[in-house]
Amino acid sequence: MRLGGGRAAATRRVVLGGLGRRRAQTAVLVLTVLTAVTASLLAAGLLVGSSAPFDRAFAQQHGAHLTAEFDAAKTTTAQLAATGRLSGVAATAGPFPTATLHTTVTDTSEAPGTSGSRPGSGFGLPPLAVVGRGDPGGAVDRVVLVRGDWPDSPGEIALSTSLDIRLPVGTRLTVDGLRGKQELTVVGIVRSTSHTADAWVTPAQLAALAADGAQTGYQMLYRLDTAGTDADLRAGRAAVEAALPAGALAGTQSYLDLRREANAATGAYVPFVAAFGGLGLAMSTLIIGIVVSGAVGAARWRIGVLKSLGFTPGQVVRAYVGQTLVPAAVGIGLGVVLGNLLAVPVLADQADAYGGPRPSIPLWVDVAVVAGAVALVAGAAVASALRAGRMPAVEAISLGRAPRADRGRLARRLAGRLPLPRPLSLGLANPFARPARATVMAAAVGLGALGVTFAVGLGTTLTMIQKENSRDLAADVVVYTGRGGEGAVMNVPAGPGEVQGGPVEEPGAAPGAADPAAVAAALAALPGTAGYFGVARTQLDVRGMVGAADATALTGDLSVAARRLVSGRWLDAPGEAVVDSRFLRAAGLRVGARATVIDGAHAATLLIVGESFDVDDTPSLVTASSSLTGLGLSLAPGEFGVDLKAGTALADYLRAAGDALSPLGAGAAQNEGGESTVIVAMISLITTLTLMIAAVAVLGVLNTVVLDTRERVHDLGVFKALGMSPRQTIAMVVTSVAGIGAVAGLVGVPLGIALHHAVVPLMGDAVSTGMPSAYVDVYGGWAVVGLALGGLVIAAAGALLPATWAAGTRTAIALRTE
Amino acid sequence: MTTPNSPGPGSGGASAAPAARGGEPAPYGAAVIEVLGVSKTYGGAAPALADVSLTVRAGEAVAIVGPSGSGKSTLLNMIAGLDRPTAGSVTVGGDRVDRMSETASARYRRARVGMVFQFFNLLDDLTVLDNVLLPAQLAGLGRAEARGRAVDLLDYLGVGRHAAAYPGRLSGGERQRVAVARALMNRPTVLLADEPTGALDRASGRDVQELLLELSRDGLTILLVTHDTALADACATRAVELVDGAVVRDAPVGWNASASGTVSARGTTSGSGNAGVAR
Repeated sequence: MRLGGGRAAATRRVVLGGLGRRRAQTAVLVLTVLTAVTASLLAAGLLVGSSAPFDRAFAQQHGAHLTAEFDAAKTTTAQLAATGRLSGVAATAGPFPTATLHTTVTDTSEAPGTSGSRPGSGFGLPPLAVVGRGDPGGAVDRVVLVRGDWPDSPGEIALSTSLDIRLPVGTRLTVDGLRGKQELTVVGIVRSTSHTADAWVTPAQLAALAADGAQTGYQMLYRLDTAGTDADLRAGRAAVEAALPAGALAGTQSYLDLRREANAATGAYVPFVAAFGGLGLAMSTLIIGIVVSGAVGAARWRIGVLKSLGFTPGQVVRAYVGQTLVPAAVGIGLGVVLGNLLAVPVLADQADAYGGPRPSIPLWVDVAVVAGAVALVAGAAVASALRAGRMPAVEAISLGRAPRADRGRLARRLAGRLPLPRPLSLGLANPFARPARATVMAAAVGLGALGVTFAVGLGTTLTMIQKENSRDLAADVVVYTGRGGEGAVMNVPAGPGEVQGGPVEEPGAAPGAADPAAVAAALAALPGTAGYFGVARTQLDVRGMVGAADATALTGDLSVAARRLVSGRWLDAPGEAVVDSRFLRAAGLRVGARATVIDGAHAATLLIVGESFDVDDTPSLVTASSSLTGLGLSLAPGEFGVDLKAGTALADYLRAAGDALSPLGAGAAQNEGGESTVIVAMISLITTLTLMIAAVAVLGVLNTVVLDTRERVHDLGVFKALGMSPRQTIAMVVTSVAGIGAVAGLVGVPLGIALHHAVVPLMGDAVSTGMPSAYVDVYGGWAVVGLALGGLVIAAAGALLPATWAAGTRTAIALRTE
Repeated sequence: MTTPNSPGPGSGGASAAPAARGGEPAPYGAAVIEVLGVSKTYGGAAPALADVSLTVRAGEAVAIVGPSGSGKSTLLNMIAGLDRPTAGSVTVGGDRVDRMSETASARYRRARVGMVFQFFNLLDDLTVLDNVLLPAQLAGLGRAEARGRAVDLLDYLGVGRHAAAYPGRLSGGERQRVAVARALMNRPTVLLADEPTGALDRASGRDVQELLLELSRDGLTILLVTHDTALADACATRAVELVDGAVVRDAPVGWNASASGTVSARGTTSGSGNAGVAR
């Protein structure tokens, strides 16, 4: 007799028989493991994706360590191409012809969005640095098409995602040239991690524009053998400059500057992504443990019977580990597939936020999560099966029929005295019969409530930040005078000898700009105007600070321009300033101190009265224009912000303003602000992760209630035989977890609030800004109450389905079950 | 002494729970239970019940007898609304039990049916008193309202001193008495007992037998499933014998021989006496 073969066959029969008999439980196990693995994969993928996103994106695109602009009059394409053979140069792309275009929006195919004001037809875009390039690929700067196509015909243009103004595919732009207007159609939106251009056209199109008087130059993109430090980049620049005629090199851009900027931006989001990632992994681990140990524990009676038939403890362990691993393996496999599919939109959201290409989950993450899940399932199953396997058969049989009756008796007695319908008091006492299981389930619900609370708070914070900071001006209406300094940021090739380190503002007024005084008078005369202020922008040096600060000089009613502050108060009078956190840190000052601003030989001292919230990477300062009179600067407002009187119809006001301002050469528009792609992406991410966490919590509850109702099916039969209706049965089952859910919610919500209060300041620290208290204290009274009930909702949602099954069980069958 | 199923001072009187929301008792002799052509089949197996017809009148005590697997408990479950027939009809007190929804069936059991099971089916994590209170509480009565009657029932059945104890501490006979108390809590129209002495020792069984007899004398309609012919003989006025799901005999208690060959009520062996009453 082949004992070994017989034993293995017997074990196999036990495994398959168990799976077949407990179909519902097996299905719940598969579903729960699937969801937990999916959540783990997404969480791990996000955490990995948050690690050096710029570096990964830069590497994927073969980014340009050095972007160099050349004066076309002082060098030839052959000379430029030859620089690719210099020592230390690993790869090059170019030379590409370049031009600076002044364009006007002719027509938009949909409402455009921007982080500044909303451009419509007739809006003049800031000068665009355009490159003529036939191929989006190549050895360096392999740009990524985010939407649409790469231009391959004259009349087509692709815009960069790094532009501060977003225009949709299909937008028509008019280029002002010497010989008249040329029209270009936006055919694509492109992401270049190296920020090599504002836009791209075909080389032939660029030649046509150059012939029409557009400023021209050349661009070369370099990858260097050694490019880890600023010194390496300076050495590379010097080598290129030395290889060309004097004055040929107009300017360069270092990838290290871009990297520093990108890491600062993404750093704001790493804390919350890490928090969600950690939460997702913790919940997944907990739920898999609950589900697996519960599944084996519920089979205790069967284990006892098997042992009485002669199965050894070892065989029992093997049988039940196998019985658990089979459905778990299905769940893991499906979870990996689903996780990788879901990662596409989720990681795309993260990539949009980080400004990088869209990654996928690395293979090693798939392998690690699968290995972790298998280990967790096997570990939980072995632990439970060993416990049951070692138990004497008789004890296993008797314990396996029902929970120990002596557990929870006090709770039952006390609950029975509550002035509640009997099914509810029975349900409330149920968890005390299985305290360990109830505790673990409470932990799952509590973590779910924590995650939801954290997500709601974070979403509220980000929405507030977007709403209040997506507009350059805090006003209902924006009026443009056609002067410079309107806040547009652009890449402009540096002049000869200048080193370009980043985007600069265009100074000076355009021809035909409106007279600010006349505009102010017109605004004051409009009946709907509640108040208005003028804005002029410049850059000033500050004593004790390296680098210049962006200065905004206000005229008119300063109170109308007030924004939310981190600390202190808004401007009240000339001589005062509100500065951002970066300014305070860079200048070594605090609110209440005095700052001295310098322009050439002139200086002015300002009292810092408030700290503003500002995520831009340049220190900023806001003051009354009259405070800077001593600097001798001409600070005529380039735009105005207008607040409307209550009850004023916006459309009517804009019509009246247009009539009054058009003759002056100014225009008015609604100050809508736009959606920050970063914040939209993060909110989308938060929503997805929260739904996942809540789903895992609900499934954990569902599994526990399924186990519970299966164990108590005979008792349920007795209740029904005594006259418990289906509705009463559902109420009893749902109440058995609702109590736990309510308590878990009461614990989870404060923890979620605490997590939010810890993470939000960290996000601010990452971008070197303080956080206004309003962005942290986002939980109102009713919101907290609602969130606290969330635990109850999660628990009830998980219990409803098994409660309905329990209510539908045929009583005669239930009574036969022992 | 009046039994707790009848109104009166002995059953709790003014201090006890108001009359349970049971059905109106039928006039003595009126048909209370009508089973007509009931069959029950599970999957492709042989029918558990095959075209069974049976009428039970108010005040009758009917014993359903027969060997194991004859369909006795299945028939009881049909009458209790715990299961549905594959064919035929079951009418109790004028209501078609076989057509009731789960909710209506639950209400029907609360109001009209008291059930006593072989293995008691008491809930081990509730006290004796809480077990007895359950049917009244499920019917919507408050604990305080129902408590008086529950205590009276327990006292009447001789287990009042165990009210605060848990069923696991009681003997089999005591547990069955608690189960009877629970069954009578809502003053049912019909008492359905499935092998009420099956798990009891002889002495306890006789106690329960006496109890059922008293209830029967008090006019309670009883349907009793048992293979204990002594119990059937003592408590029932009529015996219906099932064999392989079909009624083979329906006669007043006291017949000598059965068609199935089981020992008759008078203790004679099979094969003697009458050939049996035709179905």
